[in-house]
Amino acid sequence: MNDVAVLGAGMHPWGKWGRSFVEYGTAAARAALADAGIGWQDVRSVVGADTVRGGYPGYVAGATFARALGWQGARVTSVYAACASGAQAIDTARAQILAGMAEVVLVVGADSAPKGFFAPAGGDRPDDPDWLRFRLLGATNPAYFGLYARRRMALHGDTTDDFAQVKVKNAAAGALNPYARYRTAVSARQVASSPVVADPLRLLDICATSDGGAALVLSSMAYARRHGAGVPVRIRAVSTVTPTYPRTVLDLPDIATDSAVAVDPPALGFGESIARAAYEEAGLGPDDLSLAEVYDLSTALELQWYEDLGLCGPGEGAKLLREGATALGGRIPVNASGGLASFGEAVPAQAVAQVCELTWQLRGTAGERQVAGARAGMTANQGLFGHGSAVVAVR
Amino acid sequence: MTRVRRPVVAGWFTEGDGDREFRLLGTRCGACTAVFFPREDSFCRNPGCTGGELAEVPLSKRGRVWSYTAGRYRPPAPYASDPDTEWEPYTLVAVELEAERMVVLGQAVPGVTVEDLSVGAEVEVVPGILSEDADTAWTTWHWRPVEVDR
Repeated sequence: MNDVAVLGAGMHPWGKWGRSFVEYGTAAARAALADAGIGWQDVRSVVGADTVRGGYPGYVAGATFARALGWQGARVTSVYAACASGAQAIDTARAQILAGMAEVVLVVGADSAPKGFFAPAGGDRPDDPDWLRFRLLGATNPAYFGLYARRRMALHGDTTDDFAQVKVKNAAAGALNPYARYRTAVSARQVASSPVVADPLRLLDICATSDGGAALVLSSMAYARRHGAGVPVRIRAVSTVTPTYPRTVLDLPDIATDSAVAVDPPALGFGESIARAAYEEAGLGPDDLSLAEVYDLSTALELQWYEDLGLCGPGEGAKLLREGATALGGRIPVNASGGLASFGEAVPAQAVAQVCELTWQLRGTAGERQVAGARAGMTANQGLFGHGSAVVAVR
Repeated sequence: MTRVRRPVVAGWFTEGDGDREFRLLGTRCGACTAVFFPREDSFCRNPGCTGGELAEVPLSKRGRVWSYTAGRYRPPAPYASDPDTEWEPYTLVAVELEAERMVVLGQAVPGVTVEDLSVGAEVEVVPGILSEDADTAWTTWHWRPVEVDR
């Protein structure tokens, strides 16, 4: 098995703290090191998930965190893959460990988010699709979420109440998570009375943008044994696949899909292919999962992930939700952490935070939101511009 | 003073005033027939194609609604919008073009709301104005429901 051990997990609480991302990431890193029971000086490689919102220090996040913790000569890597940056950081750390380049690697992602819609980088940049979609169409991220939600309603019969129930479920779980930004229960009526942002989605259907930081200490299995880590949580698979041409689902920031004139669409959509790669590498299937953490940028998107992960058949996401299967106490709890609905998105930290939650759940230390007998979990996420992200962890 | 009409992006659609002739412009690979919009002029993105000559091609005028939404809040820059005026929600429509087997996003003609649309309904592409400043009217493409054809 190509397993690596999760020795430590740490987070800085999500919120709108108004401080530098460096502070959140450093706090998360120290928490992860303390959780692992190892000193910073023992870390031989640092991988930072970049943020585009912190200026130059954000573009070289690995070095920024290494400097903040105190230069000690460790190898450094900084990666950017939009929302999938955290998974790429984990993948990089794992590859270094499996290649024998480093025994102990620190992975850190943190962000400090502005208020309101994410906007493209400044300047007049007509060659940049992300700039063009704002300039030509005013197509914000929630606009794409609205398109997907409306499409699900037309194709599968999902209702706006189904979407609201995703928020109700995730808010209930998030209320039990000390790292979540929003920690109060939300009712379907509250969702329905919040203002429409991108029809048919309302404010409480769409995740906020947040400050936050998350970190992991990963090591080789041999190091974990020498360190006396007992039975550590192990990362068994990391999927960082790209889409297959032609992509026939409109994805942000694109203004159009690929054309399927020359080549028929692939059998699996991108979301499904992300999960498939992770399952194949882990040697597991959907029935083996105890829980999943998925990227609920909107309530409706969470339902799409149920189908992409194979937790139910195509078009059956709302049915699975209505049955209560994905709530805490259900057959396959999804977003036991509270999800983005309770956290808001701190882009480069989010995929790392998903694995922090799996770690605590698999150790059985998730407190009131513990999934009983958790043995295997999957995270899933998709980064702008075609970045797959999924991690399978087991214990 | 009349404003000069200028396309907000060059080469993505035909120029001229006629609704009937107006088309989006993509490119087609001479080797594998793949179509691209926005236009690719340098490389064919079909992974099984070693690359052919990319020639300009007008896209179908009509298509069917894949999905739609309305932006109820003012988008950030570079979307041109005067923050001192009240925000007028606009409708975005993703349209499936049968011949090209692709989906193209665009704004709906001003005045068309989500109430006027449904998935599968027929729409057609028409010229529109994205924004105006002192001396320029920036032109773009809009989707218009075929039912409300005037």
